[in-house]
Amino acid sequence: MAIKTEEMVLNMGPQHPSTHGVLRLELVLEGEIIINVIPHIGYLHRCFEKHCEVMTYPQIVPYTDRMDYLAPMGNEFGYAIAMEKLLGLQIPERVEYIRVIMAELQRISSHLVALGTYGADIGAFTPFLYCFRDREKILSLFEITCGARLLYNYIWIGGLSHDLHPDFVRKTREFIKEFRPNLKEVNDLLSHNRIFIDRTANVGILPIDTAINYGVTGPNLRASGIKWDVRKEDPYSIYHKFDYEIPVGEGTYGTVGDSWDRYYVRVLEMEESCKIIEQALEQIPEGDVQSAIPKRIKPPVGHVYARVENPRGDLGYFIISDGSTSPYRVKVRAPSFVSMQILNELCKGYMVADVVTILGSIDIVLGEIDR
Amino acid sequence: MKNAEEILQILKENFPESNLELKTDQPTEAVLIAASLEIDKLSLFLRDSSELLFDSLMNLSGVDELKESLLSVYYHLESTSLKHKITIKVSTDRNKPEIPTVSEVWKAADWHEREAYDLFGIIFLNHPDLRRILMPYDWDAGYPLRKDYENPEFYQGMKVPY
Amino acid sequence: MIYDFLVDLFGNSSIANIIAGTIQSLLPLFAFILPFALFAVYLERKVSAHMQDRLGPMRVGWHGWKQTIADILKLIQKEDIVAKDNDKLLFNLAPIIVFAGSYAAFAAIPFTSIFIGTEVDLGIFYIIAVTGIVVAGILMAGWSSNNKYSLLGSMRSVAQIISYEIPTILVVLSLVMISGSMNLHTLSEQQTGYAWNWYIFGGPGAELSKYLLIPFMFIGFLVIYISTLAEVNRTPFDIPEAESELVSGYHTEYSGMKFAMFFLAEYANMFAVSAIVVALFLGGYQSPIGYLGDLIGAKWMIPIEQFSWFTIKGVFFVFVQMWLRWTLPRVRVDQLMTICWKYLIPIAFVNLIIIGLITLL
Repeated sequence: MAIKTEEMVLNMGPQHPSTHGVLRLELVLEGEIIINVIPHIGYLHRCFEKHCEVMTYPQIVPYTDRMDYLAPMGNEFGYAIAMEKLLGLQIPERVEYIRVIMAELQRISSHLVALGTYGADIGAFTPFLYCFRDREKILSLFEITCGARLLYNYIWIGGLSHDLHPDFVRKTREFIKEFRPNLKEVNDLLSHNRIFIDRTANVGILPIDTAINYGVTGPNLRASGIKWDVRKEDPYSIYHKFDYEIPVGEGTYGTVGDSWDRYYVRVLEMEESCKIIEQALEQIPEGDVQSAIPKRIKPPVGHVYARVENPRGDLGYFIISDGSTSPYRVKVRAPSFVSMQILNELCKGYMVADVVTILGSIDIVLGEIDR
Repeated sequence: MKNAEEILQILKENFPESNLELKTDQPTEAVLIAASLEIDKLSLFLRDSSELLFDSLMNLSGVDELKESLLSVYYHLESTSLKHKITIKVSTDRNKPEIPTVSEVWKAADWHEREAYDLFGIIFLNHPDLRRILMPYDWDAGYPLRKDYENPEFYQGMKVPY
Repeated sequence: MIYDFLVDLFGNSSIANIIAGTIQSLLPLFAFILPFALFAVYLERKVSAHMQDRLGPMRVGWHGWKQTIADILKLIQKEDIVAKDNDKLLFNLAPIIVFAGSYAAFAAIPFTSIFIGTEVDLGIFYIIAVTGIVVAGILMAGWSSNNKYSLLGSMRSVAQIISYEIPTILVVLSLVMISGSMNLHTLSEQQTGYAWNWYIFGGPGAELSKYLLIPFMFIGFLVIYISTLAEVNRTPFDIPEAESELVSGYHTEYSGMKFAMFFLAEYANMFAVSAIVVALFLGGYQSPIGYLGDLIGAKWMIPIEQFSWFTIKGVFFVFVQMWLRWTLPRVRVDQLMTICWKYLIPIAFVNLIIIGLITLL
């Protein structure tokens, strides 16, 4: 039988190279084996929901950017969809196409960060730089459209802030052409590397029922084997017009739902996003992107709950309106907030090094956990 | 796929003495209003009944209704197999807010309820670990998202700037 | 030769012997290794940068060659922080021991045929013993830092180094069996001739045993290269300094010159183990293609050529170590131990037995 050792409490404190943001993890260890992981959040709480109650509806859009700062287009998209559902607005087709292209580019960029930092946590420093090199190209595409590299304030209620730059379509096509071989290069370097597989396969296995009960969504849920994607189940905008697959974890190198699956589902999703972008660029119609933006937004009394597929899961906005120009209550259902709860379950029985692996595979952003 | 009226019918059949009603005059979707102290029994039924199978709690949010002096909680449920959704609202008195927890039924509710407790002061009965989650653990100046909340002057000896 | 020259310089007395001996032993240190460590830091930054599709240091001097000098100057003038609860004696002693352990190994490494730091008959045995002192230094560093992370890191490092010394020694033993001497100088001398006479290709001579040995020599070479990678804490075995888990492991709490000593010791160690592998398997300072000095009849050129061949081979293996670092992810602690005890040690043992049998032929 094992020698009984004393329990040690180790603090992976708020400042740490691998907790992705300011997160404090209290690890209760016995030697190197984890008994309990207690996450402490709230270091980045900026009272987004309280602010919303004193701002007008259009003023909230830049604030939604700053929640999940690695996928701001997704946040703005969700907010716009929720408000347009409440107001019953019809928006021009060109706006829909551009929003989809931006959201998919944002998905690729966010997954590149997730994969790059995951590799860096495991110890492979080079794929991190390859991923960021490709991300730079995406950020410059965003820059020519709306002027900002990270936080855009682009998708407004009823339309967009600027129309596409004349060079945008050509540059995006070039980007996609260069991106596919680069993706293959990162794949060869990291995904099928024996040491990487030994570190991530069979680590942190998430069964399907636990995942659904805990409310996990997005790539984490799909890695456990179920094809659940808000874009197909609850279609919003014009996603029904495109032809794309939903990648699912298959347990290639271990059990279904381990960290390798969560990592690989994201790699495959980037490829699918490329397909969607190509199709959208073919079909994009002409139009005026600002014609449907209302002068003053005063929705009817009532509430709405709408969600979009963000790179980290499904982001939900619950907005209660009391008939005035400011919302009565805005609640954001952040996917990382819900996914953090499974960290304790997944880490039990593994070693300290595995906490970093599992946390990286869940892919959290503290901005949206704390809001 | 069932719509809200059918779900209400099934619930009324199984819980005849409960006070359930459907509010349908909303611009987007109907809300099922239930009594606050029965929400845990209702949740268990909603999750396990073979016609409903609501296995996923999408969202749980607290709302402060100052005019009616109530604190409400909205539950948004969804079924991944039968693909229907429902919104449930429960309300409780503002001066003594107590709602039974649903974290036994859907573990996703755990942190959502902690957040509702932290920001509104709603006590969830039988919750495994009800303490503050976003505010500092020793914040004793009230519940920030309530409409009548005011910032304290000092916190642990530091002046609160705004 | 240099020894005789120095003894003459100081007058032919016993004091002169001591002085000459001291200078001769210190010569590889100051004339070669310290400049090499500075160069290796710069090399690593440039190599890693070009592998990652970026440029590395470019501003300090032409293409940044003065970067390391700038870094060392910066580290020297930094404040030396010793926390209140640290064990002062151990804390200050640890970097010195690690530094000394790494550098002392160079005394027995043959740079050219006429110069070796000290002519120790137990050459390779001495080197392995001295690099073991580093273990004590790392333990001291981890413990006296009064920091749970450092303690974890240093314990892992100690386990790693001690475990991986075993395959190293087994392979060295097999080589000693073939050559009959532990003195690295003699080993290098035995591999004269062309590249075909190197031990990795079976050694000098042309009997059947030489040809039989070749595959086992390759296996031994691989085993010793991997084990020495683990000895110097380089990726894929750099768990003790795993940045993402332990924030720099056992040297988290060090600042300024003490950190610089750990840093330089690591690069010197890298070269030391490369030099050992080169001396054992790839002919030490012997040239693979013959000497230019022989061709044109200038005998004095030969030691210089040998020195440059030795440096080239050593730097090549250091480059391979850097290449591996920036390509491969890190291995987890229990997988590290599995690799050592379940794979490398049995392979090394079997290799040893087979080589022993072959040498009996």
